[in-house]
Formats: sequence, structure tokens, C-alpha cells
Amino acid sequence: MFDYLKYIREWNFPHIWCSGCGDGIVLKALIRAMDKLKVSRDEAVMVSGIGCSSRTPGYIDINTLHTTHGRALAFATGVKHAKPELKVIVVTGDGDCTAIGGNHFIHAARRNIDMTVLLYNNYIYGMTGGQCSPTTPKGYKASTAQYGNIEPPFNTSGLAIAAGASFVARTDVYHVQQCEKMISLALQRKGFSLVEILTPCPTAFGRRNRMSDPVVMMEWLRDNAVSGRKWENLSAQEREGKIQTGVLIDVEKPEFTAEYGKLMEKVGVQK
Amino acid sequence: MEKSESSTTLMMQGNQACAVGALAAGCRFFAGYPITPSSEIAEYLSVQLPRRGGKFIQMEDEIAAMGATIGASLTGLKAMTATSGPGFSLKQENIGYACMTEVPCVIVNVMRGGPSTGMPTLPAQMDVQQARWGTHGDHEIIVLTASSAQDTYEQTIRAFNLSERYMTPVILLLDEIVGHSTEKVVLPRQSEIEIVNRKQPEMPPQDYLPYKTGPDLIPVLANLGSGYRYNVTGLCHDETGFPTNDTRNNEALIRRLVEKIKAHRDDIVRYRERKLDDAEIVIFAYGSVARSAKSAVVKCREKGIRAGLFEPSVIWPFPVKEVFALSGKVKAFLVPEMNLGQLAREVRGAVEFKVPVHQLNRVDGNPITPLEIVNKVEEVI
Ligand SMILES: Cc1ncc(C[n+]2csc(CCOP(=O)(O)OP(=O)(O)O)c2C)c(N)n1
Ligand code: SF4
Repeated sequence: MFDYLKYIREWNFPHIWCSGCGDGIVLKALIRAMDKLKVSRDEAVMVSGIGCSSRTPGYIDINTLHTTHGRALAFATGVKHAKPELKVIVVTGDGDCTAIGGNHFIHAARRNIDMTVLLYNNYIYGMTGGQCSPTTPKGYKASTAQYGNIEPPFNTSGLAIAAGASFVARTDVYHVQQCEKMISLALQRKGFSLVEILTPCPTAFGRRNRMSDPVVMMEWLRDNAVSGRKWENLSAQEREGKIQTGVLIDVEKPEFTAEYGKLMEKVGVQK
Repeated sequence: MEKSESSTTLMMQGNQACAVGALAAGCRFFAGYPITPSSEIAEYLSVQLPRRGGKFIQMEDEIAAMGATIGASLTGLKAMTATSGPGFSLKQENIGYACMTEVPCVIVNVMRGGPSTGMPTLPAQMDVQQARWGTHGDHEIIVLTASSAQDTYEQTIRAFNLSERYMTPVILLLDEIVGHSTEKVVLPRQSEIEIVNRKQPEMPPQDYLPYKTGPDLIPVLANLGSGYRYNVTGLCHDETGFPTNDTRNNEALIRRLVEKIKAHRDDIVRYRERKLDDAEIVIFAYGSVARSAKSAVVKCREKGIRAGLFEPSVIWPFPVKEVFALSGKVKAFLVPEMNLGQLAREVRGAVEFKVPVHQLNRVDGNPITPLEIVNKVEEVI
């Protein structure tokens, strides 16, 4: 049996998440990935914004910063730039990362600053009760889109790739082994690595969209998240309504803190 | 400069003096976003920081710059950001985060006229109340001002020292005239500069409580990565650093954050005075206006009017006690400001309406001249 407890802040349980929420599954996958990679708990820093997903830092026994809504990447940039030897993990929601934090998101990706971003995409503002998010699919209902959302959603991973991220993967909490693997790969990359994790929010999203049963949401992920070779083999028609998962980009690019290190060498650090 | 063992005299802009002072104070991290009239601070530090093993970064906006500054400070680096009016507005939410989480950092605002884009290249002092109350929620804040390049150098060092001692953000308000005037600055030897560094925990990590404070009400926050794993949150939290909904705890936290500054106000508050001993009228002036006020005092005395100058270098906490002490001895106060009376109202409150507090205000982007002050003194006395 895998011992989660050595990474967990048991004293903060029970957690705040609803039953059927996928957020805890991400936490478990992260812990397993960290354990396999022997990430030092003293050197790991988790930085989050505001939202249900952003409450993850409360439960993991590493250095943790729960910051302001949308700004986790800005704080994380300060931490990493100031002390590059720290392992920085950012936890953020779809609203946190792509609405209020969208500017920080594209710029952190552009800088290719070394950090792993776990973007919990539940297609909704969970914490504030189910308002529309930039990833809410067109036609779906939210408390601020009661007639159905009329806006097109972001392709969040695509956005990160276009902005310059060197590693981007998409995964989901039904395919939990893949989820762990994607997090593990991201943690090993030097550069801005994004793992977009599709996760159910039965309370704020499912309830309004005929999926209030968490099992139905999990089945939806099972049937619609398609990875790797399977995706390759689908025709354009078959891809309709399905979501590609797995590694979407994995390239080497100059990383920000390393480039800054070179700059310091070039100008010569005076004693 | 920094390591030289004799004092150095240089000509420099106020903004450069701010950057030089920051380096002398031990600043090793700067995050900013360009804005007139503050950009020279970022430009100078972008050259100097990498040479000193320090970190510079131009962020995507001022919100990000404030966040990065706080994040860097948590690793133990002394960190600063600089901006002007519109950028100062954007920083406010994260300044509140630094108050709540007790992370030391310095925020420089080289004031220009507003609201909105206002007068980007002209001086003003319109942000003094925003500096006090800009972020939401009850809180105390330390705000310094400076009236010359030399003063800017010294107040920047003091801003870092106060932030490290009291574990709190400190705001330094300059105005465009101070920021952009080039004048003589005498830099003392590094060994002669008083430097305060934040404390670090001494107990073993398992006994460490980040927000447990002693009688001084000041927490000891371990540098990230030093083996003390803890949680930092802008939510109301208890001594452990974890959020809580215990209303009694919340009350105690907010009160401690406020008391932490109030209890030490005598150590924080500083002002300079000129000819106050026999003054019949006190000119209360700060920033570049204090320079005009200084010569106005001389000119008034030549005319036989006993004028004196009260120049606060700390405006928040407001020097209530010190101003009140004068109220029994003088006939009137005059508060010349490049705003419509933002500190005049504080002076009025401090003297409890016992003596008249006159105002001299300009909001057109022009400086207030000594002659204007003298004329106003003659009019009201
Ligand atoms: C500046 C600011 N605006 C708004 C809020 C309110 N707020 C808190 S969480 C949240 C949305 C969270 O949604 P998401 O990031 O998708 O995370 P989830 O709760 O779904 O995990 C909002 C709007 C806030 N805390 N701060
Ligand atoms: S509201 Fe949604 S995202 Fe938030 S804890 Fe509940 S299920 Fe999870």
C-alpha cells in the first residue's frame, strides 16, 4: 500500500471538497509522482491562487503559498527567480488561470520559467457557486449562463503552446495512471510545464448540466478523453466532441532562470 | 560604491538615489512594470542587480510585479517594486496580501497627477490617502516620504529596515520633482549604514509556528526552502498559518496586525523641524513642497513673521501626537500640498480643531513655490 500520509497534512482534514469532486484525485496523483521522483519536501513549493482547486496547498506537507485570485504564477515567478533551486509547483483553476490570471499565464509560458503548473479544468467557477468560466463549453449552463453559454471556450493547452510553453500535456482524473504519468513527466522537465487536468465538479457544473451524479461525470471522462495512438487513429468525424489527452508538446527551449544565470556570468558578479 | 570604505559624493536623480539606497539596504530583488515618472528606478536596478548577484525582472503588469516581489521576499531576499499612480492602483490587492501574510517588501510610488492616466510627467501628491487606505480591509501601513535625492536615499534604506523589523510592506511616496531632480548625494560608507535583517526561527522545525508572536507582536517567517515547511495564506489564519473560521481568532489576528504597527509608532514616526520653538504659524509640508516651505520659513522670518516648518518623513502612522503638541503653542497651521487637502484633514484631526488649519493646494501639475506659501502665510496670519 502506498503511504500517502507522509505527504499529507492530516491535521487539516476533513478537506473542503465536495464528495464526487475530482480535486483530491489530482492531489493523490501528484503525491505519487513526487514520491517516485524523490522530490524533497523542503525544496518543493506549491503556489496556488483562489478557488476550490487552489485549496490543495492546505493538504500537502511541503512549503505552500495560497495567494490571490489569478496571481499564483506571478508569485511563483518571484519565488523561482529569487531561488532557482526550489521546485515550484503551481495549482490553479480554469477561472484562476485563464480568466483573471490569463495575462500571467501567457507570460510565464513565454518566459519558459521552470515550474510545473497543474491546471484543474472543471469548466466552471466551483468555489463561487458555478458561474461561467473561459473554459465552459458553448451551450452548457452556468449560474451566470442560465440560457446556455453563448461564448466559445479557450483551448487552454493550445494557448500555452502558442505562448511558448516547452511541455504541455492534457489528462483527466478518470485516467488516473496517465494523470500521474503526465505530472511526473512535467516535474522532470526544465521549463514551463503545464498539465491541464480535466476534473469533475458535480456540484457546480454537473448539477446544471444533467450530470449531478459524479459517476456520470467520470463516465463522460472515460468515454471522451482519448489519448495518444487512439487519438491518432480517429477520423476527423470521430474526433468530434472528444478531447485529446496525453503529451501535446515536449521540446527543449532556453529556460528563464538559466538564461538569467548566464546573464549574471556575462556581466560578472562583483564581490 | 557599496563596498567602498569612504563616503562618496555623487550627483544623481532622486529615482537613482532610491535605487542606490535600495542596494545599500540589501535589496536583491526587483520586479516592476514601466511607468513615468518611476521607470529610472527599474532601469538602474536592471543594470546593477545582476552584477550583485541580485534578481531583476520586468513583469507583465503591476499586479504581477507586486506578486513576484512578495514571492521573492518569502525566499529571504529583500525585495522592492516601483511604480506611479495607475500602477499603484493595480498593486493594491497584493499589498493587502503582504499586510495579511506579514511579508516584508518595499513599494515605491513616484506620484504623478490623477485620477486615471492624469498627468504622467507632472508632479502631484494625490496618492497619500490611497497609500493609507488603498487596499481593502482594516489594516495599518507604514508610509514614508522624501524631499530630496539625499533624503530619498536615506528613506529608502529606512523603508527596508522598517519592513524587515516589523514584517510588513512599507510604501515610499516620492513626487515627480523629487524623483527627477538631479542633485548632490553623499553616500556614507557601507559599514556606517544601519541595516536591519528579518529574524529567522531558531527552534527545531517541528516546534515552529510561523504566526506565533511574542510581546512585540511580530512574527518570524522562515525563508522558503530552509527546512521549515509552513503555509502562507491571505485568508484569516491562526498561529500555524492555516486558514480558520474561528471568529475569535479572526478578531485577534486583525487586531494584532493593526497593533503591531500602532504599538511601535514611537519607533516608526520621524519628522524634521525648523524654527518651531517660537513659531506662531506652522507650515506642515512633505515631499518637494517641504523644500519650498523651507525657504518660505526664511522669507517669512525676514518679514517678521515667526513661521516654522514641520516636515514629516513618515506620514503613516500619522504624527498625531507630535502635531497635537504644537496646537497649544501656535496660532495656526498651513498645509501646502499638491492635492486638495489630503493631509490637511489629518492635521485638522490631530489638533482636534483647536487652531485653524489653512490649506494651500495645487492640482494643475505645477509645483508650489516659496512665494505662494509666503503670500498665503501673510494672508492668514
Ligand atoms: C480578485 C477576486 N475576484 C473574485 C474572487 C472570487 N472568486 C473566488 S474563487 C473564484 C473562481 C474560482 O474558479 P476556478 O479558478 O475555476 O477554480 P475552482 O473553484 O473551480 O477550482 C472567484 C471568481 C476573488 N477571490 N478575488
Ligand atoms: S464545488 Fe465543485 S470544484 Fe468545488 S469542491 Fe465542490 S465539486 Fe469540487
